[in-house]
Amino acid sequence: MVAREAFEINRDPAGRPMLEKPLGLLAELTHRCPLGCPYCSNPLALDPREGELDTATWLRVFREAAELGVLQVHLSGGEPGARRDLVEITAGAHVAGLYTNLITSAVGITDKTLGALTEAGLDHVQISIQDSDAASADHIAGYDGAFARKRALAAEVVRHQLLLTVNAVVHRANIDRIGEMVDLALALGASRIEIAHVQYYGWALKNRASLMPSREQVERAATAVAELRTRHHGRIVIDAVVPDYYARYPKPCVGGWGRRSLNVTPAGKVLPCHAAESITGLEFWNVRERSLADIWANSPAFNTFRGTAWMKEPCASCPRRELDFGGCRCQAFALTGDATATDPVCHLAPNHAQVEELAGVQTDAPYVYRRMASRQRADVLDDDDALSIQRRS
Amino acid sequence: MSDPGILIDAEARPRLPPGVRLVHSEAQGGWVLLAPERVFKADAIAAEIIKRCTGEVTFAQLVDDLANSYTAPREKIRADVATLLRGLADKSCWSCDNGRTRSL
Repeated sequence: MVAREAFEINRDPAGRPMLEKPLGLLAELTHRCPLGCPYCSNPLALDPREGELDTATWLRVFREAAELGVLQVHLSGGEPGARRDLVEITAGAHVAGLYTNLITSAVGITDKTLGALTEAGLDHVQISIQDSDAASADHIAGYDGAFARKRALAAEVVRHQLLLTVNAVVHRANIDRIGEMVDLALALGASRIEIAHVQYYGWALKNRASLMPSREQVERAATAVAELRTRHHGRIVIDAVVPDYYARYPKPCVGGWGRRSLNVTPAGKVLPCHAAESITGLEFWNVRERSLADIWANSPAFNTFRGTAWMKEPCASCPRRELDFGGCRCQAFALTGDATATDPVCHLAPNHAQVEELAGVQTDAPYVYRRMASRQRADVLDDDDALSIQRRS
Repeated sequence: MSDPGILIDAEARPRLPPGVRLVHSEAQGGWVLLAPERVFKADAIAAEIIKRCTGEVTFAQLVDDLANSYTAPREKIRADVATLLRGLADKSCWSCDNGRTRSL
């Protein structure tokens, strides 16, 4: 009798890993977003609104994803609420048989939209919070009133009896308030909280020194999380990992490249992980031209780092090579210029000293906010827009 | 982790909370339990147990039902079901009929 997380590696009779079936699809519906978070991990070059996939294409992608084995779709962005067809998109994913997870900043999702999303079959909502303190949260998001909107939407999510996860993004300005953020998540009625340390990709790299916590802060946070898990056991699930630059081993990024998940950009490119476009020289295929199954099996970008054959030492002979898969390819490329290098976060990596050095560069200098050009800013849906899509009976 | 020594109330009516679903996936070759950001593979026996967690039948009735359907000692089935439900409770994938997720 088994209910087991983490699907094992499937092998052929010769012991070679076989092509896996993906479990999750991150659907980046748009790059538009009303917030200006300094840690935005989206790429520096954003897809413009006019290049976004249309509704019908997303619905085809969801059907193909379900056939391929995908079980869960994460509707994300940018702010997915900036899409006027969000309800139709959600309904299409639900009809395709997928578990639907909305990942939102809450700004741009009206109460009425949420009601329509619930009717469309939405399974779960994840709302990000920037801090437990309203003024600090709005300062970090670069958006006055965002915190109040998040509280209001969370209440609506609970009222609709949807499961709520709070995603608390932590860094040097708020890492000492993890306990307060867990209390907030409990007060909001969340069943799960992710303590998500900022990761340094895309725009976040610009603010790395302003976001980097000290080693003492990270150690206090780890102690706090352990205590909170004991105190709140059975009331809320607390997911947290050691932040990259202070870890001993790298994260098994996306559960192994091209193994468990895929990511579709607003313009339809299919990526093994959402930062993969930062690696130069990879060839990505697009859902406008090919089926998802073809892309998953044959796209050069997916096959470049699939499995372990691409690895160099110390990864190639490491007993953990099929546990953490060499860490994060994007991070290896960003820090060493070589995407086949061991993720420098690993204490065994030849470049590990560089990570320790970078973690030591900390400043309280003001953030460089992500301000989008007006054509890329999210329009907040008004009630008419939210209801203009026909409801399913 | 929950204490394996703690008994489940025979009158508890286990059910999956909202946002947690058991589905059969042809492509993945079997039953899977879907929860926020998590996927659990359920073997045939786990699936049979979870399918009965509707919030309508009690723990005792569920065990009786399985004991009638399968040729295994009732005590063995009771222990297996309890182990599975405790495991799900640890993952917040189980709740009882008052609607609040709780640990056992």
